[in-house]
Amino acid sequence: MKQITATNDFVVKFANVNGSGSASANELFARSILRMGVPVSPRNIFPSNIQGLPTWYEVRVNETGYQGRRGGVDMMVAMNPQTWDKDIKEIDAGGYLFYDSSKLLPKSKFRDDVNVIGIPLTEICNKTYSDPRQRQLFKNIIYVGALSALLDIDPAEIEKLFTEQYKGKEALLQSNFKALKLGRDYALEHLSCPLGIRVKRANNVGDRIFIDGNSAAALGAVYGGATVCAWYPITPSSSLAESFISYCQKLRKEPETGKARYAIIQGEDELASVGIAIGAGWNGSRSFTTTSGPGISLMNEFIGLAYFAEIPVVLIDVQRGGPSTGMPTRTQQSDLLSCAYASHGDTKHVLLFPEDPTECFEMSAQALDLAERLQTPIFVMTDLDIGMNTRLCRPMVWDDTKAYDRGKVMTYDALEAGADFGRYNDVDGDGIPYRTYPGTHPQHGAYFTRGTTKDKYARYSEAGPDYIENVTRLLRKFETAKKLVPQPVLHKAKEPARFGALYYGSTSPAMTEALDALAEQGIHVDAMRVRGFPFAAEVKEFVMSHPGTFIIEQNRDAQLKTMLVTEEQINIDRLISVLHYDGTPITARFISDHIAKHIAAHTVVPMKKAAS
Amino acid sequence: MTYIAKPKLHHPALTKNSVGYTRRDYEGKISTLCAGCGHDSISAAIVQACWELDIQPHRVAKLSGIGCSSKTPDYFLGNSHGFNSVHGRMPSVLTGANLANRELIYMGVSGDGDSASIGIGQFAHAMRRGINMVYIVENNGVYGLTKGQFSATADKGSKSKRGIVNSDEPLDMIGMALLLGATYVARSFSGDKKQLVPLIKGAMEHKGAAFIDVVSPCVAFNNHAGSTKSYEYVRQHNEAVNRLDFIEEREEITADYAPGEVINLTQHDGSVMRLRKLSEDHDPTNRIKTMNYVQEHAAKGEVVTGLLYIDPSAVDMHEHLNTVATPLNQLTAKELCPGSKALDRINASLR
Repeated sequence: MKQITATNDFVVKFANVNGSGSASANELFARSILRMGVPVSPRNIFPSNIQGLPTWYEVRVNETGYQGRRGGVDMMVAMNPQTWDKDIKEIDAGGYLFYDSSKLLPKSKFRDDVNVIGIPLTEICNKTYSDPRQRQLFKNIIYVGALSALLDIDPAEIEKLFTEQYKGKEALLQSNFKALKLGRDYALEHLSCPLGIRVKRANNVGDRIFIDGNSAAALGAVYGGATVCAWYPITPSSSLAESFISYCQKLRKEPETGKARYAIIQGEDELASVGIAIGAGWNGSRSFTTTSGPGISLMNEFIGLAYFAEIPVVLIDVQRGGPSTGMPTRTQQSDLLSCAYASHGDTKHVLLFPEDPTECFEMSAQALDLAERLQTPIFVMTDLDIGMNTRLCRPMVWDDTKAYDRGKVMTYDALEAGADFGRYNDVDGDGIPYRTYPGTHPQHGAYFTRGTTKDKYARYSEAGPDYIENVTRLLRKFETAKKLVPQPVLHKAKEPARFGALYYGSTSPAMTEALDALAEQGIHVDAMRVRGFPFAAEVKEFVMSHPGTFIIEQNRDAQLKTMLVTEEQINIDRLISVLHYDGTPITARFISDHIAKHIAAHTVVPMKKAAS
Repeated sequence: MTYIAKPKLHHPALTKNSVGYTRRDYEGKISTLCAGCGHDSISAAIVQACWELDIQPHRVAKLSGIGCSSKTPDYFLGNSHGFNSVHGRMPSVLTGANLANRELIYMGVSGDGDSASIGIGQFAHAMRRGINMVYIVENNGVYGLTKGQFSATADKGSKSKRGIVNSDEPLDMIGMALLLGATYVARSFSGDKKQLVPLIKGAMEHKGAAFIDVVSPCVAFNNHAGSTKSYEYVRQHNEAVNRLDFIEEREEITADYAPGEVINLTQHDGSVMRLRKLSEDHDPTNRIKTMNYVQEHAAKGEVVTGLLYIDPSAVDMHEHLNTVATPLNQLTAKELCPGSKALDRINASLR
């Protein structure tokens, strides 16, 4: 039988039951490979449920460092009888099936073209442990032990990880060592190790870190100086707020008193959460809320108020599938339009698109600066794929010399000196007015904050010309934002390219790999990663410099394309959509197949060459 | 209602309070509400209370939702920051503002539609959190700005101006505030300034969630026979349980009262509130009994007014959250940013 052979380039998928404690064992497996200097990119595929439903953990091992989902499975660790048939089908021919052989299964349950590796996990567990919970938890560690032998993972690395994790908990440490050894010894004794797919020590991890986007964004908010966070639990953004809580507890206590230099409120709903963040922003605190699509829908009225009243606030949207029970544990980039034009009236908002956890860190911090500079809501558009999966990425960096940009705030001294204060008066021509914090000065600087019925001195006015002056100024401000948002990143093809490709956010790792794959086929495509909205001038220039530009998105309706056509007046015929929206992360194969097919169909091949 | 601009010049002989302001310094813009509107009397009571308390106007932040009542913050304390937010959501905005700067005084002004109908959720949760604020509901049982629809506090059986009888149970905001943990709960009547001003002062000095339900008749849409929120009806059914005399800073109590008639309530800052009891069987420091008392009298058709409940030792949201004494909006990068060295350590732990 064919056996897939591959060193440092394969996919292992774990099929588990959720609530069984498999998540930490699987992460241990992924980390041990990282410690051997080989990049991995794991992905959780999980149900909206706490216990009993199927859950998968897909680990891509790739020495080159490609971190997008590859597609295909070289080894299935089938620990869930409920999904057995489907899981078996997924294995590539010549791949490996790792399963618990304690109970005899009929031959019909297996495939002829797959290498079967049976280990009596339950039997080993039952012999060793009497406590049912221990049997369950250590079963996971035993399979990690067996896999270490089968895939040639250095057990010393796993033991080191245990030592770090269970510092000071000697009993727990020893029992984990024991379970690991049980699995490893069984495999070494009974099976031929290692398999055709294996890990070989390399040096391709470098100083990169392994972190999920939600934790990184939370840390960005800590570093960026957010003092007020209000949130409402919603998958996949809850862990962001929870990370903010735990980072604040560690990093934001007043040393002398132990008191909190932050305030976090779990709101009664998303309306209250964004309302609290807006109240805090109005009163001069850096504030944010974190949510997902359904929360954005609920926040809509408030977002409009913050836009027109010009209140700094940051919204981190960890995007997922649709409303209600709609795919809350699946990833998408489907909130672009609902965020870019959130609320009633003529509104437009600033969006930032991080590609990975490191950019989640950077952009969350930057969003707090931008919110105060532009006095408007800023959206950080991350998604489940970045937010809830641990990813290998650049270390986070902070420049200690950089001060927070608190924007245009009129001080007591300026007011005392007699400065003319018009809350909505564009004195600098950039569309951004000055604001005052409540309580600044006894006689000057107070104003009444309201929606749109006002003149530039914040006096009540329903007059048309005042309204027009105000909303036109807001457009000037949006123009200013173009230069302040993160600028696009250009990846020029090695050879002259007829086609361009625009992409953003979590599509990034798959795109990088797709570009390499296409180049290998002789298809050269210039690529630009969009990092902010409103679009920087370069985005339109890029589109206009190619006869055709692919726009790769993870939504059904080509939302970024719609924004490009609307905002930049680009002829829609120049833009070719590549859309992936089944809830799984986009793959390099999907992108390169679509681009290659399109280009082949639209390339005129000279007769002579075609004939030869 | 008037279109004449208020003269900016004040009479030089106007009395100044201890921080140097005359009563007129606490006024705002000219009201655009209907002549005789109860809400204007409440605005006047707020002006009076702030002046008497020697509060600097700019140290107050006024927040409101949407509706007639929510327009009023423009008509008092013209040197305070105001925020006319969205319908029913003032409590969350006030919560955030309070988190950002614990040193200001927060006054939330709302109506029965704004708080009891669309905003009942935020009202409830703001009370639960114990936000240090004065939350005034200007309660007229009707939507004034949209011309006369019932609100959720309209009594069952009361009649609208168009003759429709309300068949829904009224929402009892006093009962809810008591249940949800407000630590200062009062009811008053816009037509009784003598009762209202001390109640507002007491609420402003109280450290915690202070709620005042002020029955405030709508002269345009809810002041007719058959209404239970009309001037006439409220005057007839008003049952005051006590009179609050607000006393500055440990001032010696000199007046003579018969024992049992007066309760002295020492506040967290040492100030004393003196409550003259008008009803023998009401104890304003007992929450459970107060709930019963209010319900029993409501069943008799009486509108119980006065300081209904107070917990003088209340603590507020900032204490629950254990936030630093410095207002959060005054913290700088020095206090907030852990710096690159700490980040290097975090990076190292993620490898």
